[in-house]
Amino acid sequence: MPEPSADPIPAPEADTMVAAGVQPLVLEAATAPAVAVEKAATKKLGVVGWIAIVWIVATFGSALLAPWLPIAEPDETFIRNIGDGPSLNHPFGIDGIGQDMFSRVIWGARASLLVSVGSVLFGLAFGGFFGLIAGYYRGRLDTFLSYVFNVFLAVPQLVLALAIVAVFASEPTVSVGKREMWLIISIGLVSIPIIGRITRASTLAWSDREFVLAARSMGAKNRRIIVRDVLPNVLPAMCSIALLGIAVVIVLEGGLSILGVGVPPSTPSWGNLIATGRNELTKIVGANTQVIFAPAIAIFLTVLSLNYLGDVVRARFDVRESAL
Amino acid sequence: MPLFRRRKEVTRTITARPEAGRLLEVTDLYTSFKTPRGLATAVNNVSIVLERGKTLGIVGESGSGKSVLSRSIMGLLPKHNVVREGSVRFEGKEIAGLSNTAMREYWGTEMAMVFQDPMTSLNPVLKVGRQITESLVFHLDMDKRQSHETALALLKSVGIPEAERRLSEYPHQLSGGMRQRIVIAIALACGPKLLFADEPTTALDVTVQAQILNLLQQQQRERDMAMILVTHDLGVVAGRADEIAVMYAGQIVERAPTRTLFAQMRMPYTEGLLRSIPKLEQPSHSRMQIIGGRPPDLVSPPPGCKFAPRCPYAQEKCHHDEPPLSEAETPGHYYKCWFPVGTPEGQEALERNLSARLPQALAAVAGDVTAAAQVEAV
Amino acid sequence: MRAVLQRLAQLTVVLLLVTIFTALLIDMVPGDVTNTLAPVSTPEQREGLRKELKLDRPIYERYGEWVGGLVQGDLGCYYGTSGYTTATQCPDKVSDRVTDALPVSLLLMIYAQVLSLVIAIPLGVATAYRAGSLFDKGVNTVAFALLAIPNFVLALVLAYYVGVKLGWTDPTSADYASPLEDINQHFRAMALPTLSLAAGQIAVYMRLLRSDMIATLQEDFVTMARAKGLTPGRILWRHALRPSSLTLLTVAGLNVGTLIGGAVVLERLFALPGMGTQIADAILRRQYVALQSYVAILALGYVLLNFLVDVLYAILDPRIRHARAVG
Repeated sequence: MPEPSADPIPAPEADTMVAAGVQPLVLEAATAPAVAVEKAATKKLGVVGWIAIVWIVATFGSALLAPWLPIAEPDETFIRNIGDGPSLNHPFGIDGIGQDMFSRVIWGARASLLVSVGSVLFGLAFGGFFGLIAGYYRGRLDTFLSYVFNVFLAVPQLVLALAIVAVFASEPTVSVGKREMWLIISIGLVSIPIIGRITRASTLAWSDREFVLAARSMGAKNRRIIVRDVLPNVLPAMCSIALLGIAVVIVLEGGLSILGVGVPPSTPSWGNLIATGRNELTKIVGANTQVIFAPAIAIFLTVLSLNYLGDVVRARFDVRESAL
Repeated sequence: MPLFRRRKEVTRTITARPEAGRLLEVTDLYTSFKTPRGLATAVNNVSIVLERGKTLGIVGESGSGKSVLSRSIMGLLPKHNVVREGSVRFEGKEIAGLSNTAMREYWGTEMAMVFQDPMTSLNPVLKVGRQITESLVFHLDMDKRQSHETALALLKSVGIPEAERRLSEYPHQLSGGMRQRIVIAIALACGPKLLFADEPTTALDVTVQAQILNLLQQQQRERDMAMILVTHDLGVVAGRADEIAVMYAGQIVERAPTRTLFAQMRMPYTEGLLRSIPKLEQPSHSRMQIIGGRPPDLVSPPPGCKFAPRCPYAQEKCHHDEPPLSEAETPGHYYKCWFPVGTPEGQEALERNLSARLPQALAAVAGDVTAAAQVEAV
Repeated sequence: MRAVLQRLAQLTVVLLLVTIFTALLIDMVPGDVTNTLAPVSTPEQREGLRKELKLDRPIYERYGEWVGGLVQGDLGCYYGTSGYTTATQCPDKVSDRVTDALPVSLLLMIYAQVLSLVIAIPLGVATAYRAGSLFDKGVNTVAFALLAIPNFVLALVLAYYVGVKLGWTDPTSADYASPLEDINQHFRAMALPTLSLAAGQIAVYMRLLRSDMIATLQEDFVTMARAKGLTPGRILWRHALRPSSLTLLTVAGLNVGTLIGGAVVLERLFALPGMGTQIADAILRRQYVALQSYVAILALGYVLLNFLVDVLYAILDPRIRHARAVG
């Protein structure tokens, strides 16, 4: 899971008005990180932002509604059209064994999004919880939890996730549901420390604010303060990391599929579409590029949109990840 | 005795122009920044003349444009979003429109700058010695041994004990005063003819301030170097500048030889500045005399005299018409004021304001803090 | 000094936990693990296997044995091949496979890391210096897009196009050769995987460096360096780069985990005989003993590398060095 990119400019030391005049201008000239993102942070969502939202909604929507959409069945074979390119009836063409790619990509969205959203929620639930209490209560609890986070972060994620899934759910006859569940659990586990650290940093920053002190001095219970005062402010950071996280997990599922522990091929997922597509590509060179490109483009656009929106959320709420 | 010989010195004397007595001549310099809100004018038609070996003190509060002025003269401002007009002649040659590449001939060798905060003006990850010898090697083509010896000599001349050891240390290992001495050493390394000292002591302890200022003066004398000393503290320039220019809102509002300025100041702002310096003779718990209010907005300043909203002497005219820079009786003394201090018109104006119970006047004369706060609220 | 010891302590804990976890992987396999490992075997052979794997011994003993074996280089065996089941006559040792596979993976990771830094650093410096310009905006947009492309997708796209151009029948089969055998073929085989792996990293590193550089370029000491008359090139590379490179270094170090993951997947894709292929193979054949060892090696390697990065970090920033000396 990526850490949000470093905050570009530290607050200028503006003790003279002139320095204040100079700094923001030089800053203005010098800063254009994700150009459109910064614009979005100050103004309304740009064109790109809306396109991203539309894409995400369309993807999630079609994934949810897949069983009821007027598309072919994912495993329905059109034997006469094997290897066909995109056409009106089959917008993404037909794959090597006659299946409609458009339908498979949509059904693939279902599985991929299920795993990614599931594992991010899992990570948010536990990582968010641990991060919150670590950042709020501090002291020994914080030291302990931070230590645990660092320990888990010391292990490469893909390897850990792979190990867990391989051990618990890799019999050849494993059911799709069971594999999906273990994917969610293992990826979720692996994401807990990252989400935890970000949440903790955000909580630390917000717990320092005076309104928290004020609430405490009025006798509010800690639990109440956390839920009503701190959490709403930490939520944007968590949302941002959630969006970015979903993107990462989609890719992670792809990687795991290629290694053989993704969603089983009986049900399409973007990851295993690519994995099986790769095999087909080597056998039918030149004929069937859509087998790879269709899921690849789907992944690319989805990840791009999620990254963009995640950045926008972060920029808009400007949480400083200072004490990571 | 100069510490080294400059190779470039030879060529320069040959091409030096006859009227090169005037080291620096700034005419109608204008510098503004493009901000989201509009054009912010930080330096507004400033003219300065400086001769070799002399010291000019530029005094003004935060936001007066004094820092921008020194950087603008030196040409250190970014090119992006900055509008710069006017003329800057150094030894007779126009440098205002030169590119960075051309200015690099001057930076370090002809003119140098000492910045306010020595902690941030030294590179934290490079050894101090490296930061000094770098200029020497780069500009003067010295070899390693030569530059090392020169650096040592430089450090000693700025009064740093155990110079040898310091060369291989990092900035964070030194105290504030020592760091500033090193910054000075770096600035002086290639023997510039003009030194800009931009609030060189503001970030230092009071005890160290005098030492640094003395050091600057001493170096100046030894090298026959001109210096522009920028500060917000009139006391700093009192005994050390030949001429003082007072800046307000990007303009020079009064300029005079030091003694004249203190003896016959004309601008109410200068008077206010002088009055606000706490004096040792005053009994304890005396109210500090302040100038209430704030400097004007540089993007859309008020019409007329920029100081009028805060001026104890201000009259109707001051809010509409901007006073011209006029010369006083003593030659070399210029000021911009309709109702100057120490003149009958000025005295009348002040009395009129006092009887009208204008807050600015009350604040200035009676040291009335509430009145000053009222000015602030205006 | 104290900080170094702290780090060392943390390192030990991590090593302990990782090894415990991997050692116990065998236990977590549902069902009879001996059956899984060696499906084609007699009950006696399975019994022998169980004894050998010490499955009926208490956990701590097994852990000790396992670690001992690891240290001595006994990484287990591929059971069930040709019906054999004891380690002493193991024809298919994990350690043999590792000796062949690990260098391949390591090389891929090193190439990718070097390539991405070599491209990202100048780009980061250039875009920071020319921040806000068309060049900067263009590079940033490309970088942003590059971040969204999973490395395996990029790999397949590249493979396809390159394959078509060069007329390969199977563009994803690289035909690997070690640098000692045939260095040309080695680089030809590693080129596409390295490029795919490096692409995403380039984007990340470049953006990071650019951020930090922009901040550094605002600092007083940079203006001071300009006032000294130094050229922009010198200022950028000698003065501004070092203080700005800390975040980059940290991330480059932490990124090794991503690199491991990426390398593993890409090897599988390009049929490179590295750890990735071995892992996928072990999973397919349900050889959990081998899997244990692979996971252990990757995890431990990563942990040690992180520790080294920490040390490097301290060397690069003298402030940290001295802070550690004082505190």
